[in-house]
Amino acid sequence: MKHLLSTADLSREEAVKILDIAGEMREAGTRVVKKLPALRGRTVVNLFFEDSTRTRISFEAAAKRLSADVINFSAKGSSVSKGESLKDTAQTLLAIGADAVVIRHPDSGAPARLAATDWIDLPIINAGDGTHEHPTQALLDAFTLRRQLALRDGVSATGLGLDGLKVAIVGDILHSRVARSNLWLLNTLGASVTMVAPPTLLPVGAESWPCTISYDLDQVIAEGVDALMMLRVQGERMRAAYFPNPREYSRYWGLDDARLGTLDAAGAETLIMHPGPMNRGLEISSAAADSPRSTVLDQVTNGVAVRMASLYMLLSGDLI
Amino acid sequence: MNYLIQQASILGGEPQDVLIADGRIAQLGSIAPADGVQVVDGCGLVLLPGMVDPHTHLREPGREDAETVETGTRAAAKGGYTAVHAMANSTPVADTAGVVEQVYELGRKAGWVDVRPVGAVTVGLEGKQLSEIGAMADSRAQVKMFSDDGICVSDPLLMRRALEYVKAFDGVIAQHAQEPRLTDGAQMNEGEVSSVLGLPGWPAVAEESIIARDVLLAEHVGARLHVCHVSTAGSVEIIRWAKARGIQVTAEVTPHHLLLTDEKVRTFDPVFKVNPPLRREEDVMALRAAVADGTIDVIGTDHAPHPAESKECEWAAAAMGMTGLETALSIVQHALVDTGLLSWADVARITSTTPAQIGRVADQGRPIAVGEPANLVLVDPAARWIVDPYAMATKGRNSPFAGMELPGSVRATFFHGHPTVLDGQLATPRPADA
Repeated sequence: MKHLLSTADLSREEAVKILDIAGEMREAGTRVVKKLPALRGRTVVNLFFEDSTRTRISFEAAAKRLSADVINFSAKGSSVSKGESLKDTAQTLLAIGADAVVIRHPDSGAPARLAATDWIDLPIINAGDGTHEHPTQALLDAFTLRRQLALRDGVSATGLGLDGLKVAIVGDILHSRVARSNLWLLNTLGASVTMVAPPTLLPVGAESWPCTISYDLDQVIAEGVDALMMLRVQGERMRAAYFPNPREYSRYWGLDDARLGTLDAAGAETLIMHPGPMNRGLEISSAAADSPRSTVLDQVTNGVAVRMASLYMLLSGDLI
Repeated sequence: MNYLIQQASILGGEPQDVLIADGRIAQLGSIAPADGVQVVDGCGLVLLPGMVDPHTHLREPGREDAETVETGTRAAAKGGYTAVHAMANSTPVADTAGVVEQVYELGRKAGWVDVRPVGAVTVGLEGKQLSEIGAMADSRAQVKMFSDDGICVSDPLLMRRALEYVKAFDGVIAQHAQEPRLTDGAQMNEGEVSSVLGLPGWPAVAEESIIARDVLLAEHVGARLHVCHVSTAGSVEIIRWAKARGIQVTAEVTPHHLLLTDEKVRTFDPVFKVNPPLRREEDVMALRAAVADGTIDVIGTDHAPHPAESKECEWAAAAMGMTGLETALSIVQHALVDTGLLSWADVARITSTTPAQIGRVADQGRPIAVGEPANLVLVDPAARWIVDPYAMATKGRNSPFAGMELPGSVRATFFHGHPTVLDGQLATPRPADA
């Protein structure tokens, strides 16, 4: 594994290996001394062209717990608006002495472009590109699911996939890099996926995806699902007329108190996931977000472990 | 200088000798070499009328860093062209007699091909007010084709007026069919690949709805419409319907839309970013079939050179466009001749005869016959070559065919009897006062 650009590039063996290493990293994170010496002397650059405090500090914590030095480079906007090209920025980082680049970019494909060109020859980790992919988010979601199920069943998660699991991803699929990365990874790990959204927020072409598509959240819940991944709905989507107004969106596609009640009444073990930040009252009610089913904070904790595993695998040579 | 092309296969027919004297075809048949006549070996080669590009971006004036009339017309000659239509989206826009005469003069002085400026339909390509179409038509540049190419004339009333108005000057409106609201922020063809890549889609319907509207407008006002760079199977069906109805519409396809698909975008390499975007395999096959059955009339390169920095960046930041003048004939041979869809006579029709008629270009696209102007290209259909953008005459290095092995090479180009290309190499321009 040279780069981590897309979950579609991961074999099952590679994905399980990352999750297994993340499991070890998570255990280390529960100790009083959380730091490991694995990447001492190496420098990781967080290259963020888009605001994302959560993802950046998660990567920063991951690199620091592995004893790497971290440089945070914030350059809001694309190369056009800031006047320096991606190529020049990348080559500057190389000249500074970076050993790996974690990149968040508003344009789909920017990390793939860095990896494919001869501008720099460093491992690239995609920390979210446009509406394309966010592979470490999908890995932390898979890790969370796998860990929760193993805890429930009283077994070790190590080596396991997500075979037979039913996951529904709900919300703005069209603009979601999280949905795309999860789709490929969940399939690779043996889970089945249903995408639930208003038709305006599903891309044309999604009918070719390896998943079921539904416009009816109630029906998906009634049929039984192991996890509901609720996606953030951005305010700008309303202005572009993807749906009439937030109330109507909530009524049809929000995980509101009534739907939470349906899950409880059915005695379902359905987990509620959200990549954050949440719009409480829009795609998820406060009761749902704070319920025992919610894995939201567990996802954040696991995010650090998964990013430690990713950095470790890319920087400490080919373990696979 | 006079030239004797020996044993060339005219339009793919039986080998003949062709004598070129004083800029014209003087004799055909079996001709003995005479003193003072330079012999060109045409054995195994196909002789075609010099190609006429209905759609070239020469970038001058304004973006001489991307291309100049000199470099763009060198590229044209090297690709087998003897005439090009220079699109109007220069800086300043070619929307006055002054600008089109400047481009025309630059072309005349360069001496590699006939440069026929295209006039803008609207002032500044802004889609608000008709430009001085009459003044451009009556200028020394003799503009017959008008286009806001790069931008669609999307206002239906303005398009109607433009179609009506050019009738007074025997002109044609060449439409860049792209409904702007449906393509806001569009980055690639909308479909399976865009859904995976997360790039905003450019749906086929945005092209097809404009073409449908425009053919009906052309019928209503009895005007000539030319559709630039048709890219979808649905567009082909609409144009086929319009032609069956007797509407005066002609259609163009680019070489890249005859070969490449949106699968290339998976690389995120902006060399494959173009407008209209690369479409699906089904579209490529429908476009080829449409050329074969005459629904699509001509090949237009949409040659669009860009400086390196416009492509050495992330996809969304990159400029749209590809070079095409020096690869067009090879792509046509590869996609249409070697597949058995077209004969060489058909190639002459779609690359020379019909584009010259659409643009009303005198002395171009003529039959290969005694007394006709010697605008000719000699092609080696058996040659194979690997595309190297750095070996091209254009300034643009943005060829989507880089590294591909293609059939067919241009051995010689004669521009009004003067060899601009000989032995496969650029020779000399035709003197301006000749």
